[in-house]
Amino acid sequence: MLIYVLRRILYTVPIAIGVSLVCFALIHLAPGDPLSSIIPEGASPETVAQIRTAYGFDRPLPVQYLKWLGHVVTGDFGTSIMTRRPVLSEVLPAIANTLTLAAAAVTFGFLLGCAFGVVSGYVAGTPTDRAVTAVSITGVSIPHYWLGMVLIVVFAVNLNLLPATGMGEGGSGSFGFGWDSLQYLILPALTLSVIPAGIIARSVRGTVAEVRKQDYMQTLYAKGLPGRRVFVHVVKNALPAVLAVMGLQLAQLLGGSILVETVFSWPGTGFLLNNAIFTRDLPMLQGTILVLAMFFVLINLLVDILQTAVDPRIKRA
Amino acid sequence: MSQPAIAVAGAAPFKGKRPATRSFWRNVLRRLLQDRFTMICFGVLMLIILAAIFAPLIAPHDPYRTSMARRLIAPGDARHWLGTDELGRDLLSRLIYGGRLSLFTGFTPVLLATLIGGALGVIAGYVGGAVNMLIMRVIDVFYAFPSVLLAVAISGVLGAGIGNTILSLTLVFIPPIARVAESVATQMRAQDFVEAARATGAANWRIVTAHVVPNVTGPILSYASSLISVSIVLASGLSFLGLGITPPEPEWGLMLNTLRQAIYVAPLNAIIPGAMIFVTSMCFNLMSDGLRSAMDVKQ
Repeated sequence: MLIYVLRRILYTVPIAIGVSLVCFALIHLAPGDPLSSIIPEGASPETVAQIRTAYGFDRPLPVQYLKWLGHVVTGDFGTSIMTRRPVLSEVLPAIANTLTLAAAAVTFGFLLGCAFGVVSGYVAGTPTDRAVTAVSITGVSIPHYWLGMVLIVVFAVNLNLLPATGMGEGGSGSFGFGWDSLQYLILPALTLSVIPAGIIARSVRGTVAEVRKQDYMQTLYAKGLPGRRVFVHVVKNALPAVLAVMGLQLAQLLGGSILVETVFSWPGTGFLLNNAIFTRDLPMLQGTILVLAMFFVLINLLVDILQTAVDPRIKRA
Repeated sequence: MSQPAIAVAGAAPFKGKRPATRSFWRNVLRRLLQDRFTMICFGVLMLIILAAIFAPLIAPHDPYRTSMARRLIAPGDARHWLGTDELGRDLLSRLIYGGRLSLFTGFTPVLLATLIGGALGVIAGYVGGAVNMLIMRVIDVFYAFPSVLLAVAISGVLGAGIGNTILSLTLVFIPPIARVAESVATQMRAQDFVEAARATGAANWRIVTAHVVPNVTGPILSYASSLISVSIVLASGLSFLGLGITPPEPEWGLMLNTLRQAIYVAPLNAIIPGAMIFVTSMCFNLMSDGLRSAMDVKQ
């Protein structure tokens, strides 16, 4: 097992390097000069050259990349052009907010998805199954940014039950477990949960139906085990696959929350990205994308290792 | 493996499609036609597509014509059935015209990604070795980004516009399609009938076109069809963020974006464009589901 974990971690290193290369290349793909937003209009060629040297843009690309990578590895993601603050000090609180939202969404999604999936897996092939499957397909195909708007109209504008946008008065600093804070989390988390709910429901349905077809299910019933005890066996066998799907969904939501964060003005990474894009704050953009992608790689790695540890049926190749 | 150059008497080079393949697809079509649910979705989609194609003939008003006096009229109006937007443009007409860009920017990336990703996957799987290593590791890097983040990042850096939207979404969909193609093509390489074809001296090109591609097509199509719905939601999502289609073009996601400012004043108007995205994406998804069960030979 230890050897498997080490190999799996080693395998992640080239991926991480590739990801950093893509993030680096993104800035150089950008049309126009990446410095255009900080060079004042009508600046003399000497000033421009000075700024280029100051930012290291006058050196060959491989040198620039290695230098940048060296900074990144030591936690220096550069300085935001707009706020003049270190990128990392802006990204970390935003990541915390996005993680809060994503974790709440995956929890909702897990509960909904399991409920739907188990029901439809138990009655696979019946009209009930088809109806439940249709509901889970709805979850996957709904444009969630639109669902967010619909929820705002219903719960904030018409019923006036929940706040429409934001994270509460104190912002992310004073966000806690009280109703004052949590009421802001409900609508965005619910909106974001429909995709994981749909995907988890589908995978639970498939796994449960598959497990119930196995020969040992016949044996369990034949030896007189009551239905709920058999259910325990179903859960035990279906759980590793479902947990893996859930982990991957959490990872996807880290990047996927940008649309929902925009609808609800949630101060997470999506909000940060959006600002960085429209102010052409390239260091900020690069830093946020890199941090998010690294989180994504890390969560995928953890899910893989955990799944292998929990489920002995998976070969540790 | 060395290939013995023995000409087998009577083994004429194979011409045309393999009959077995044709009857498989005919069976799939027959099952699809019997699936009432799938056919309803197909009908709804055809309606939306035809409306988009013949928009100038159907739309009751000019989708670009603004009117300050007729802003945000509620749906149900005698002149503007679905109301007007924040600049007084007729919503129904804009929805009908909007289908053109929304469907185009949703469908094209999947088509391009299927061709490019499919080709990359087949090459990687069939050739194997270092080529596989090279292609699949690069694919893995792009796979290491959350899909929405990758689309937003590329569009954000390149700027808004139809071309950039299609480019960024194509890049998002190539990796998963290439993975599906690669895994099937790798399995094919070890099949006895591929070995047999190689033993009779068939050229690589012949084996790929006659054996590998027909077998890879099914899984790729089934997977790619499920991506159309994702692509439509994402393409409109990019426009919704202001990274896709630029104003004043009618496009469902962009309409949702501009009408969002009016959500407290005219909630119904603000929500209508999203319903179109939802219905379209839902129909594509249900059809893809129908296609998958029609192709499932085990049933």
